[in-house]
Amino acid sequence: MGLSEKNKLILLGPLGKDNPITVQMLGICSALAVTSKLEPSIVMALSVTVVTAFSNLVISLLRNTIPSRIRIIVQLVVVATLVTIVNEILKAFAYDVSKQLSVFIGLIITNCIVMGRLEAFALGNKPWPSFLDGAGNGLGYGIILIIVGFFRELFGSGTLLGFQVIPQSFYDMGYSNNGLMILPPMALIVVACIIWVQRAKDKDLQEK
Amino acid sequence: MQDILSTFVRSIFIDNMIFAYFLGMCSFLAVSKNVKTAMGLGIAVVFVLAATLPLNYLLEVYVLKQGALTWLGPQFAEVDLSFLSLIIFIAVIASFVQLVEMVVEKFSPSLYTSLGIFLPLIAVNCAILGGSLFMQQKEFPNVGVATVYGLGSGIGWLLAIVGMAAIREKLNYSDIPKPLKGLGIAFIITALMGIGFMSFSGIKI
Repeated sequence: MGLSEKNKLILLGPLGKDNPITVQMLGICSALAVTSKLEPSIVMALSVTVVTAFSNLVISLLRNTIPSRIRIIVQLVVVATLVTIVNEILKAFAYDVSKQLSVFIGLIITNCIVMGRLEAFALGNKPWPSFLDGAGNGLGYGIILIIVGFFRELFGSGTLLGFQVIPQSFYDMGYSNNGLMILPPMALIVVACIIWVQRAKDKDLQEK
Repeated sequence: MQDILSTFVRSIFIDNMIFAYFLGMCSFLAVSKNVKTAMGLGIAVVFVLAATLPLNYLLEVYVLKQGALTWLGPQFAEVDLSFLSLIIFIAVIASFVQLVEMVVEKFSPSLYTSLGIFLPLIAVNCAILGGSLFMQQKEFPNVGVATVYGLGSGIGWLLAIVGMAAIREKLNYSDIPKPLKGLGIAFIITALMGIGFMSFSGIKI
């Protein structure tokens, strides 16, 4: 599948320079609370990607028929329907994870990243670029979630995806898990470190 | 009575919307640049949460839950509409926000000008929908407790955003490493405030 230069930029931009969390400041809300383990972070990342990509596609197909006065409600209904589908699928095929994610799947509806991309991109662009934009932003968002989940599970419980990674001999030598990493505030600290690294590398992104 | 008091305190300090669940972070970070606007948005959130939670609670108990429709007749006892709850909740919240906006505009233009710009923002504030979804999960015994939970969560959110705004106003005069300026330091401060709020977690009433 060959992508044109422009479409490639739309898809890959959000993974780095245009990242929704660290640069656009969108969608920080609902998802950081699920990053204390790697597995729910990955599931959450996938769900958000699916929802942003398909809601962008649907809204872009409908963009010429939606009256602009009621567009917010229309967008909410489309997004809520998609999220309900994702929620039911998770309940059917991955019940344990969906129990862990609890209300946070439902909260994708009000995740600003979905609405933000609909307003900023899907309303003014053709379906295929909109789909790519949604997928790219979902992935850029997912990458941050997965990085945060990785570090929190590694340092907090010494495991990855439930498997013991830090060998027993370390514990015998006096290493112990950092219980603080499991607590919610540490998600914010890890994101702040990611921002720090990214902005130290890329001077254009620094705020004055 | 005890139920109500402990739900109230828990929802403000322990299950704080921002520090424990990160709900409403987008507007929290975007609007916390000065105390006055932060206060305006905070009050609007308290109001909308305290009003939509009982509404959604009644819908949940009398329409959506399995067996909730028995008041229509015994043949409805098996009906389970809970898969509709996301759509219903968000519709209630969006239309309530729209309604409040119209009423405020009509009857109190001065309040509208100070609060008005924040109201549309609130429909997509995760803290509001989050409140309703937590209500569904916690299965409160009656509508009073649900209202108190909404009120408490709102006040917790208000405290957090006003505190944050106060700190950020002072932050303008401090020397921060360049890459951390703005968003980065805001995250770290939120985390530190969250750790502070965790000291409440042992309290039982």
